[in-house]
Formats: sequence, C-alpha cells, structure tokens
Amino acid sequence: MKAPFRYYDFQKDISGCGVFGVINTKRELIPGDMPIKAMCTMHDRGNGLGGGFAAYGIYPDMADKYAFHIMCDTQDGLDRAEEIIKSFFTVHESQPIPTKRTPVIKNPPIVWRYFLTPKQGVDRPQWRSLEEQDFVVNVIMEINSKTPAFVFSSGRNMGAFKGIGFPEDIAEFFRLDEYSAYIWTGHNRFPTNTPGQWHGAHPFTLLDWSVVHNGEISSYGINMRYLCEHDYKCTLMTDTEVVAYELDMLVRKHGLSLQMASKVFAPPFWDEIDRMPEAEKKVYETLRMVYGSALLNGPFAILVSDGTCLMGLNDRIKLRPLIVAEHGNNVYMSSEESSIREVDRVLDNVWAPKAGEPVIVKLEE
Amino acid sequence: MLLDADNIYYRQLNKQIRELVAQGETEFEIINVRGQRYIADGLIGDLKFKVHGVPGQDMAAFMRGPTIRVEGNAQDGVGNTMDDGLVVIDGMAGDVVGYAMRGGKVLIKGDVGYRVGIHMKAYKEKFPVLVVGGKAGDFLGEYMAGGAIILLGMFTGKPDAPICGRSLGTGMHGGVIYVRGEVPVEQLGPHLKTEAVDEEDMKLITANLKQFCDEFGVDLNTVLAEPFQRVKPFSHRPYGNLYVAC
Repeated sequence: MKAPFRYYDFQKDISGCGVFGVINTKRELIPGDMPIKAMCTMHDRGNGLGGGFAAYGIYPDMADKYAFHIMCDTQDGLDRAEEIIKSFFTVHESQPIPTKRTPVIKNPPIVWRYFLTPKQGVDRPQWRSLEEQDFVVNVIMEINSKTPAFVFSSGRNMGAFKGIGFPEDIAEFFRLDEYSAYIWTGHNRFPTNTPGQWHGAHPFTLLDWSVVHNGEISSYGINMRYLCEHDYKCTLMTDTEVVAYELDMLVRKHGLSLQMASKVFAPPFWDEIDRMPEAEKKVYETLRMVYGSALLNGPFAILVSDGTCLMGLNDRIKLRPLIVAEHGNNVYMSSEESSIREVDRVLDNVWAPKAGEPVIVKLEE
Repeated sequence: MLLDADNIYYRQLNKQIRELVAQGETEFEIINVRGQRYIADGLIGDLKFKVHGVPGQDMAAFMRGPTIRVEGNAQDGVGNTMDDGLVVIDGMAGDVVGYAMRGGKVLIKGDVGYRVGIHMKAYKEKFPVLVVGGKAGDFLGEYMAGGAIILLGMFTGKPDAPICGRSLGTGMHGGVIYVRGEVPVEQLGPHLKTEAVDEEDMKLITANLKQFCDEFGVDLNTVLAEPFQRVKPFSHRPYGNLYVAC
C-alpha cells in the first residue's frame, strides 16, 4: 500500500489522555470549577471523544442510599432498566440528572438518577444469600448486560458524570460547576482501541469505586475472563472497566489492602522479588501466583477512589506520566504539573511517584 | 521582550514568538507559563528565552542554537531531538528528557523522570551533554549511541531512592554515562559495569560541571568531592547476535 500524497503534512492528533484528581483530607468541599479548570489546561491530551468526572460528597442528604446514574439512548431501554431496579430496590427518589443543553454535546443519551435501598427477601434464590453490596453489584451486571441501559455510577454520596466530549464540555452539560465535593477525579479521553462512546468514557465505577486511567490495559482479555469467573461481566467496551471491577473484587471481597491490590496490578519484577528478605519474598511470590490473571499489563497512570482516599498508581515501568503535589489539606495528582499550578499557585511539595508504587492519601477520620 | 502566557493557548504563544523572531527579536522573557507545549521548538540561532512557570511537553524539541532558562519545573520531553543550544532548568524535569538528542546541552538542577537521555547520539563535532543534579528514574541512557550524561544525585527530593532507576544504559552502544558516587549493581543494564574515570573523563566532567555550578550557584568543589564512575557500552553492537542462529 502506498502512503497518501504529502502524508507528512497531515495534521497529527497529538493526544494521550489526561487525568487529574484532588482530595481534601479534612472533607472541606472543593467546588467543581477547580477540577474543570485543571482539565482545561490538559485539553490537548484528549480529542473530544470522551470526558468525565467523579465526585465524592455530592449527595450528603442521601448519603445512605445507592445513587444509580443510568444512561440509555431510548426511553424504552431506560424503562426496562427501571423495571429491574424496581423489583430489587426501594426507590426513594427518581429524577433526570440535571443537564444543560450545549451546542457541542450532540445527541446525548437520556441520563437519569435513582436513590435506592435494596429490598429485603427478593425472589431470586442466588441473590437471597448474598451480602448487600454483592446484591447491588449483581443488579448492575444484570442491567448492563441484559438491557440497552448502562449504570455508570452506583456508589453512595458520590457520582460519576461522563460522555462524549471534552471534559469541559461534559462538565457544562452535567452542570458540574454547581457541585462541590471533597474528592474529585477528572479524565480527558483519547480513545485508542475502542470507539468513543458515552458509556465507554471514564471514570469507570462500581459501588463507591471510581477509576480514571491514562494508558491502555493490554491484558484486558485475560483480566476480563478472570473477572467473568468471579461474576463480573465487562460490558462497557473499554479496557479500564476491568480496573474498577478488580478493585472491588480484590479489596472489598478478598480483603486485600489497596496497597496490596496495587502490587497485584503492578507487581515487582522477579529479580526484585529475588532480592527481597524471605518473608516479603513469600508475600510477593504468593501474590503473583494467586493473582497472576489480575496483573495489569501495558502502560497506565490511574487515579482511584473509594470515597475514603485518593490513590495514584503507575505501571511498573512508568509508561505514563503522573505528578503529585500538596498544599495544605489538598493533595493533587495529575498527568501534568501545569494543571495543578493552574488551580493552586502555591504548592508545598511536588514530586513524581516511583513506577508501581501507589500514592494513597486518606481522608482524616 | 516580555510575553505573558497567562491563559494563552500554546499555538497562539508559539506563533507570536515565531513572528517576533522573524522581526529580529532575540530575547524573550515569558511569564505565567502553565503547560504550553512546544516552546522554542525548531528555532534556529542565537536566541534567549527565560521561562517562568511550568512549560509543557516537548520544550526545545528540534531546537538548533537558542538558550532557554526555566525558573521552575519542566514537564516531559524536554530537548527531544535537540540539535544545538542550551537548556537550563532550575527545578526538576519529567520523563524522556533529551530523547534522541544530537547536540547541545541540557542542565537540570533537580530530579528527572524515566527514560531520560535515551538514544542520544553524537556525530563529528556534535556531542550532546545532559547534566542531572538530582536522581533519575529507570532506563537512563537506554540505547544511547553517543554524547555524555552526568548524574549527580545531589539536589533531590528523593533522599531514600537509589541514584538511578533500573536498567541504566540498557542496550547502549555509544556515549558514556558518568555517575557521582556508587551505582547499585542491580540497577545497571544487562552486561554493563561501572569503571573508574580517567583523566580525559574528568576533563569533560569538570568543564560541564563548572557550567552547571555557575548556572545554579553551586560550589564546584563540593560537587567534585565525591569520585565519579563511568558506564560505557561493552560493545558497539550489543544486539548484533540477537537473531543469529547458534
């Protein structure tokens, strides 16, 4: 095949995804303007085919209810999802997610939110014996795989907002400047392997988990099949989905610490394990053997939250950038230092974390 | 010429700089820089830039001649395929600094990220030099083909980290990496070893460190107080037999 004429003059789309996160360790609320502004600085890391934010602490009056954010192209599909929801949950509130018509967001799906508590004694034998959160996860998997609707956020006192557009456009569409939160993450997407879709934008969430990701999970196939064995169905057609579900499985279900889960995602190299003291060596060997299928191969810089902390993690050879900075009670994590400087001119401390070493910042009790 | 980059899109900023250069302007001070990419890329000749803030990706890429001083930290890709000139960063820098650099000099006071100085190359009178005052991440000088990297490990925000990351100089087939103090042997790329420096090496090190010390106001004697080690390629074709049947 011949290269197109004067191919070297073509405009290149020089992007590579951008992530930004901020946590206020004293739970002081940070207005949405801040993460939006930070993402704007990294506008060119995306190409308009995906943007999104996760915000924690936004539904204080409904803090004990599961906040389901659902998107669907058709009313009929949404009705089918609602039917499932109503049979397994008590609906406390049901409302459209507030949006604003903007010229750049074209053909948005219907976006709806429900505040829910699980019903007791529902009529599915295999769901009757489950813990509450497993029950919720199962309903989400059911909706995502059996109806045209997608549950794109399901935690308590938190919400994800995402779609096709630049992050600033998505923020305007969902009116995120009207929200305040003590943890925010944001994402600017440059889709590489899958098309830009509303449900395929970041963050990916499950229960209180949310994850935004710059990079690509080359081990998606292995991870996806491994999760499938544990009743997590990947339906959103974007690699990052596996990270959210693996976190839920490793930390919530298997009881690993977030630190430990990071070492499953980005394990030390075998030669590094060989040099460790005996006890430590045993731990890391065991982790690699038990959770080999959960290892995330390929480049990544991810920001994760479960509502109590913000974690930043790189793949073990740092194929994507990540910068951490502190100022007072705020800790920032971002693909680019400039985005942090844009929203906070006085930083106490700035550093680039080591590859494969998680930076975990917890809320104060 | 003073330029305020506050809220200015990178294309607009770079267009303005290029127009001013075309009009004969040679000295620039740019304030409020926050993430603007491609500053001074491809510019040729005796130009001077002072950058206040955090310049964006690929600053000084393909540059041939200008001098840039950054008062602050730099992001990724500084001096990508740079041809000639001087970049001074009074702070730290991100990943892939000096990627495939083929001439000129980059002096960084603090730490640098991963894959710094990979595939640097030298040819005839072109000899790129990279001096890092702090510590470096993995793959420093990977596939290096020419020029010199001098790593001091002194001005660092990572006191507990080793002076350089894994795979130092992996696959290098030209050039030299000088390290102040010891390199943990497990951080060296396959088949590489450290050696004591000789007189010729010290000449090159001292000349470059003098410039480094002048730029950052550091005492040269303190920097030279520790012995230097050198890492050189063990072969000019380290992978020559990789696909040869044996």
